[in-house]
Amino acid sequence: MSAVRGWLGRHAVLIFGLIVLAYLCTPIVVVVLMSFNDPASRLGYDFDGFTLDNWTSICDPYQMCSSVGKSIQIGLLATALATVLGALMSFAMVRHHFRGRSASNVLIFLPMASPEVVLGSSLLALFVNAGYAGQLGFTTIFIAHVMFCLSFVVITVKARLAGLDPRLEQAAADLYATEWQTFWRVTFPLVLPGIVSAALLSFSLSFDDFIITNLTSGQTVTFPMYVWGAAQRGVPMQVNVIGTIMFVLALSLVVGGSLLRRVREAPARG
Amino acid sequence: MSALSHVPGPTGGTADPQTASDGGEERRGLTGYLLMVPGTVWLLLFFLVPLVTLVSSSLYDPSGSFATGYSMTWHFQNYTDALSEYGPTFVRSFLYALSATVACLLLGFPLAYAIALKAGRWRNLMLVAVIAPFFTSFLLRTLSWKLLLGDDSWVVNALQAVPLVPDDLRLLATPAAVITGLTYNFLPFMVLPLYASLEKLDVRLVEAANDLYASPFTAFRLVTLPLAMPGVVAGTLLTFIPSAGDFINSELLGNPRTRMIGNDINDLFQASVLPTASALSVMLMAAIVVLVAVYVRRSGTDELV
Repeated sequence: MSAVRGWLGRHAVLIFGLIVLAYLCTPIVVVVLMSFNDPASRLGYDFDGFTLDNWTSICDPYQMCSSVGKSIQIGLLATALATVLGALMSFAMVRHHFRGRSASNVLIFLPMASPEVVLGSSLLALFVNAGYAGQLGFTTIFIAHVMFCLSFVVITVKARLAGLDPRLEQAAADLYATEWQTFWRVTFPLVLPGIVSAALLSFSLSFDDFIITNLTSGQTVTFPMYVWGAAQRGVPMQVNVIGTIMFVLALSLVVGGSLLRRVREAPARG
Repeated sequence: MSALSHVPGPTGGTADPQTASDGGEERRGLTGYLLMVPGTVWLLLFFLVPLVTLVSSSLYDPSGSFATGYSMTWHFQNYTDALSEYGPTFVRSFLYALSATVACLLLGFPLAYAIALKAGRWRNLMLVAVIAPFFTSFLLRTLSWKLLLGDDSWVVNALQAVPLVPDDLRLLATPAAVITGLTYNFLPFMVLPLYASLEKLDVRLVEAANDLYASPFTAFRLVTLPLAMPGVVAGTLLTFIPSAGDFINSELLGNPRTRMIGNDINDLFQASVLPTASALSVMLMAAIVVLVAVYVRRSGTDELV
């Protein structure tokens, strides 16, 4: 008995931590479970029975799959632009001298520190004042998503770039590589993992955004907008199929990515 | 450095920019400016200019609409009107956000501590579990709390079995449900910066405190906690700010009496009541900026911006 109590005492923090992790992960289990749910009524949100129907009829609910398509389109475009603009900024901030550095830091930091509803409402105020109130849609969502993804790209790429060993670039220069060659053969390949994780982060931010999108979307329906609308009138279980697919894809990307890194870095460690 | 530099990237590792940037040499010339221009222009046009527009829209004559346009009349009364009508909602939002932040700290600190110092070879697995919620939709995860907290759910049944808990306990559509949802949704933003701070903690300092007859509690208070302070500050800001503006949790898990200020801002904009909505939005932003400034000053970290 006292041995058990001693073991519990030594591992109390770990046990508590695991309980908190369970709290964090239970909703994911619910999403996966609900993708196999056979609901008794459209309005309830309970597990009533097991079925595979939701998986075989993913696109049955009106507008759902088109909303997923729209989210993917916006996510890819916004990620592409935000990643390019953000990566350029991080190179400037780590490797180049320019005036106004601290002002730039504040400008990059502030969007991350503002509540989303403020970001969304100020963009809407801008669009209304510019006479675009009637034309809200794909373009305005795209503009908003690039804006909030940009800061996250900058901090992610900057961290990777600042962690690089500058001696690698000096070595390339010593071996008569031009600045351009050094960049493409040494710096860029080393920073690439940071750029890739920045792009993944910004795609997931864009794909999942609701608050800002809701204020700037007009009639355009993205996947989160679809789920929100469905929550008011009864949620089709197929949304959980989409949620499960997202989860499996993202998890395999992260796990696959870290395995790949481990394989690549193993010989270097000798 | 920004508060977010404490957040490890999706793949885990963080670099320390301070030490690394010393080694590299900064190039002078035009290139730096050219690299900065496109992103800066985007942020100026679609972040800063909109904020200014928001402030000016909050002073428009309230009789206009999206269709007819608005006229600028420096109508400061928008603010007093908004405050008298939505003041209680403001207070409620900040109380919920504060409760969620405290709950995140109480749950997140032990978790971050366990991952950083106790997990051993399970560390990476536990970190992936912390970010796993981000792998699926925010709205779907919040909806699943509707099932978990529902009147006949196992959570409620289990709680009702506990002595002293009333048999007619309800969770869904109560403030408790909204705070549970907020805590759940923003907990990873607390755990990650805390983990980044605790990971760097030199365990020998705690051992030294123990050797000098400090009780575990004293060692924690005088050694571990001060060293984890940058993570605590970054984590509390990253949970408090989004919670204060959130309306998803209160809409999906609450009732009309648990409305938060985000609900009103969003609804007023959708109903095209631009001046009042803008005034509320400006006040939310101003309140957060003031609170954050006071908090950062009092907590004495210069790590932020």
